[in-house]
Amino acid sequence: MDLQNFWDVYGNLVLTLGTNALLALSIWLTLACGMLAVANAAFMGIGAYTAALLTMKCGAPFALSLAAGIIMPALIAVIIGLPVIRLSGVYLAMATLAFGEVVRVFILNAESWTGGAMGLNGIPQYTQWWHVLLAVVLVLLALWRVRASKIGRAFDAIRGDETAASLMGVDVRTRKMQAFVAGAAIAGLAGALNAHLTFFISPGEFGFDKGVEILTMAILGGTGGLAGPILGAGIITVLPEALRGLADYRLMVNGVILVLIVLFLPQGIWDPARFKRWLVPKKAAHA
Amino acid sequence: MLELAGVSKHFGGLQVLSEVDLCVPQGTIFGLIGPNGAGKTTVFNLITGLLAPNSGRMSFEGQDLLRQKPHQITRLGIARTFQNIRLFKEMTLLENVVVGTYRHMDYGLPGLLLGLPGFRAHEARARARALELLAWMKLDGKAHDLADNLSYGEQRRLELARALATEPRLLLLDEPVAGMNTGERAELMAEIQAIRARGYTILMIEHDMRFVMGLCEQIAVLNFGKVIACGGPDKIRSNAQVIEAYLGRDDEEHDVAPSAVVCANDGDAQ
Repeated sequence: MDLQNFWDVYGNLVLTLGTNALLALSIWLTLACGMLAVANAAFMGIGAYTAALLTMKCGAPFALSLAAGIIMPALIAVIIGLPVIRLSGVYLAMATLAFGEVVRVFILNAESWTGGAMGLNGIPQYTQWWHVLLAVVLVLLALWRVRASKIGRAFDAIRGDETAASLMGVDVRTRKMQAFVAGAAIAGLAGALNAHLTFFISPGEFGFDKGVEILTMAILGGTGGLAGPILGAGIITVLPEALRGLADYRLMVNGVILVLIVLFLPQGIWDPARFKRWLVPKKAAHA
Repeated sequence: MLELAGVSKHFGGLQVLSEVDLCVPQGTIFGLIGPNGAGKTTVFNLITGLLAPNSGRMSFEGQDLLRQKPHQITRLGIARTFQNIRLFKEMTLLENVVVGTYRHMDYGLPGLLLGLPGFRAHEARARARALELLAWMKLDGKAHDLADNLSYGEQRRLELARALATEPRLLLLDEPVAGMNTGERAELMAEIQAIRARGYTILMIEHDMRFVMGLCEQIAVLNFGKVIACGGPDKIRSNAQVIEAYLGRDDEEHDVAPSAVVCANDGDAQ
């Protein structure tokens, strides 16, 4: 099978992998701060609908639609972040989950704009493969730089011990807010790119299932580094294709995989610390 | 330097501190002692902004500490260590200390994203300072190990290095020698004196009487949330109230057990 043929068959899958990688990176940001926020599917939906509606109803250029698809979820993240960021652990997960449902139901009921349950049809396919690639590369680069900076260390410190971090001079609430908003922006970008790729979007794509899928990608891959979410996105995107016969059981398989990973590889597949232990077994024995 | 006036704190119906006055002059090593549950750690939590007092005034170098958030108080120049050590266990020793330099890293987002010279200079300076502090605490040989793998005494020293990295002028030490053996205690005593010699002011909570009496120029005794005595070591040693409240009653002052009890109590209070 030559390259053209491969792209014709799997092009969409590869691009979906790209947008999924963006989504996994978006939730990695909040997980890096120790926040279990699961509103990323909703932010993706907000970005997708904002961008698609601008393109379809206003005839906006693609760049503008993309920008709006990033800014809109970021703004909404600021508004809901103000009360929600105070929460931690399961309570934060509950609140963000509820927010996700509110967004889904809102899209479902704002029929005159969003087409309701029928979804939005005939979105122009503006997204080129290199748009997705560029987005992934830029986001990866930015996060890689952030990780190596005082902000990345502040995130790690907050995840480790919030109180100690604040006494090191880290403004915990501001940093958490930044992670939450930046995550929403990246998820919105993924949604906007995806909307102009798939021709059709509906509220069901941005519901609870998608939220769990995004979380699965990041946890499965491992949150200890940036490679983890990318790897997780790859596996979760490709696995259902590879096991096409099991496609109906995909969610169940996802669940089983997640359970197995949490049991046997609690740090995810990509775990630099574990690799180091494999490479230097002696030192591990001493520790 | 640090002044507390009429500070009171209660948790529900439990009066933990009532009308506490405390004045820590610049350049001293000031000891805060008292029986278990007297409210010593609560004083620290109030000063560092983790708790808000119900009444009273607190100021540091003339600046009001009330209604300031912990990170703002750190930026004013107050740092602390914890009784129940709170390190970033998944980070290396070096990273732990570099976190402490956070407020001195003054570079913007563009510098960070593009790796501009200003960003690199700040990062390099922070690492150099962190290594210097680790060397000071004799931990530089383990700079790239995980904090989780350290012994108890080493963890306390790392916490001290991390607190110093914020470049404080006032250092609050919450039971710095708890769980250390005699040799480690003597070493830390010398180190604390060296820290003071470099111009830091130190306020510490400690149960080890020999350590407190040997190190502190001024001591305040807290009992049931009230300051019952304040003065030099000799004055405290001979104060009848103090002996009754504290020294006279505690048969096992060198035991580890009492401090373990305090750990549990204060854990609840937080």
